Amino acid sequence: MKNVKTIQETEAAIIDSFSLFDSWDDKYEYIIDLGKKLPALDEKHKTEENKVRGCQSTVWLTADYKDGRVYFSADSDAVIVKGLISMLISVLSGHTPQEIIDAPLDFIREIGMTTHLAQTRSNGLRAMVKQMKHYALAFQAMRQHSINDHGNRRTETKSH
Amino acid sequence: MITTATIPVFDVYALRKQFPVLEREVKGKPLIYLDNAATSQKPAVVIDALVQYYTGYNANIHRGIHTLAEEATAAFEATRETAKHFIHAAGREEIIFTRGTTEGINLVAYTWGRANVGKGDEIIISAMEHHSNIVPWQILCEEKGAQLKVIPVDDAGELIMEAYEKLLSDKTRLVAITHVSNALGTVNPVKQMIRSAHKAGALVLVDGAQSTVHLDIDVQDMDCDFFVCSAHKLYGPTGVGVLYGKKHVLEAMPVFQGGGEMIKEVTFEKTTYNELPYKYEAGTPNIADTIVFKTALDFIEQTGKEQIRQHEHELLQYATAALETVPGLKIIGRAKEKTSLVSFVIDKVHPQDIGILLDNKGIAVRTGHHCAQPLMQRYGIPGTIRASFAAYNTKEEIDELLLGLEKSIKLLV
Repeated sequence: MKNVKTIQETEAAIIDSFSLFDSWDDKYEYIIDLGKKLPALDEKHKTEENKVRGCQSTVWLTADYKDGRVYFSADSDAVIVKGLISMLISVLSGHTPQEIIDAPLDFIREIGMTTHLAQTRSNGLRAMVKQMKHYALAFQAMRQHSINDHGNRRTETKSH
Repeated sequence: MITTATIPVFDVYALRKQFPVLEREVKGKPLIYLDNAATSQKPAVVIDALVQYYTGYNANIHRGIHTLAEEATAAFEATRETAKHFIHAAGREEIIFTRGTTEGINLVAYTWGRANVGKGDEIIISAMEHHSNIVPWQILCEEKGAQLKVIPVDDAGELIMEAYEKLLSDKTRLVAITHVSNALGTVNPVKQMIRSAHKAGALVLVDGAQSTVHLDIDVQDMDCDFFVCSAHKLYGPTGVGVLYGKKHVLEAMPVFQGGGEMIKEVTFEKTTYNELPYKYEAGTPNIADTIVFKTALDFIEQTGKEQIRQHEHELLQYATAALETVPGLKIIGRAKEKTSLVSFVIDKVHPQDIGILLDNKGIAVRTGHHCAQPLMQRYGIPGTIRASFAAYNTKEEIDELLLGLEKSIKLLV
């Protein structure tokens, strides 16, 4: 297995880089930069189904499940949101469903982005986090289901 | 002694001192509040009046025989009298207190609407309505098998009047139209529209949520059948609004909510209802905020509605001219008659990003669809950035808005 940083390690790295900024302007400049660098999502994934509800801007989020790990890709028509997504992806992508489900995501508060978690209609970060965790839950359920399937089949084979 | 009438001199800097919240800082910068179309800030007299009510004469109204109840009742009814004068209603019984504009519209939809709209009937609204003046009519139409007709809007943000005239017919039961668009600032020619509707035999409800703070409202001259507005957009408290209805229309309407205050006599066999306006004011109302609403209306009168309008008009012109100099910026809504708000979009920039970056500079604007999604669809945009001005805003604040916009665009593009 590749040497993947733990969720906590990535969070710590983000908190570290944000501690270097003295002003909000610099923080936002950094986030905007991340947003601009996030690769655009393939148009075929920009479907109604992949839209995250609860955002003033449009956010599309998809996830793939490979070798027990979840890989997210996302896009938005607003660049600050895109920067926030970029951070969430760097923290959560490539981890197991259980790790994603358990992730406390303290870095959002630590870097002072809690306003984006506020329960106003305009902020989508809360909805994005929720959607990412839903994907993890779904993949975990799928995995358990397939283990059960295997188990059943094995029993069946035995009984033959 | 000779007293002469003095015209109050409008001094925006003196006026600002009356609004405590304008002294605060946001993100380390002085607050620049440009979201007045959503709600206005409150002057100290309004805030003080709330404290005076709760510390001096808090009581339930209309029923009590004791001193506090008498004082509270008198203050509550004094607001009704002031509101009557403010919108030039013919009688105090035509002023019904609600929770706000939305409740006023729903009250009419649920009472007058259910009694007077039937299968095949039509209700006319416009493409620039707030969701609050769309959804109650949709619900009614669905329930009754009636049709909702929509007056289209042109590129400048004005209603297409020829289309309106064509929509009117003997099937039209009601025209529900906003006086001023919350997303564009357009002032609609409601008087002319009401005349046409009445000729077709329809009643008219005017949504005054955005107009009452800016324009002189004369419901008798306008000849509307219903008029609704909210106190919180009038420098007053949240949770109070006025529904005006012509007396004979209100009298013929069925009741809305049942409960205390709205009844005359209750037996298990039959209940007889109270007279206007109490017939529509079931339960203990929002006494404190209704009482304080008078203070807000008095504040506007004392500041001078004409002076405020003049000042706001200057702000509108100044902001429009300034915003036009920003490359890639397009103003949405260029009606000839507008109240003091500017809605705009910027090339390659999402309104939300601008909203976040302006907030970072202490500037409060509104971004998004402004609860007018059909109107945004009309212009093919996800939303706009809206700066809306009140009596206490200054040209210096607009300069700061411009600076903030220019810096934000540089960062985003």
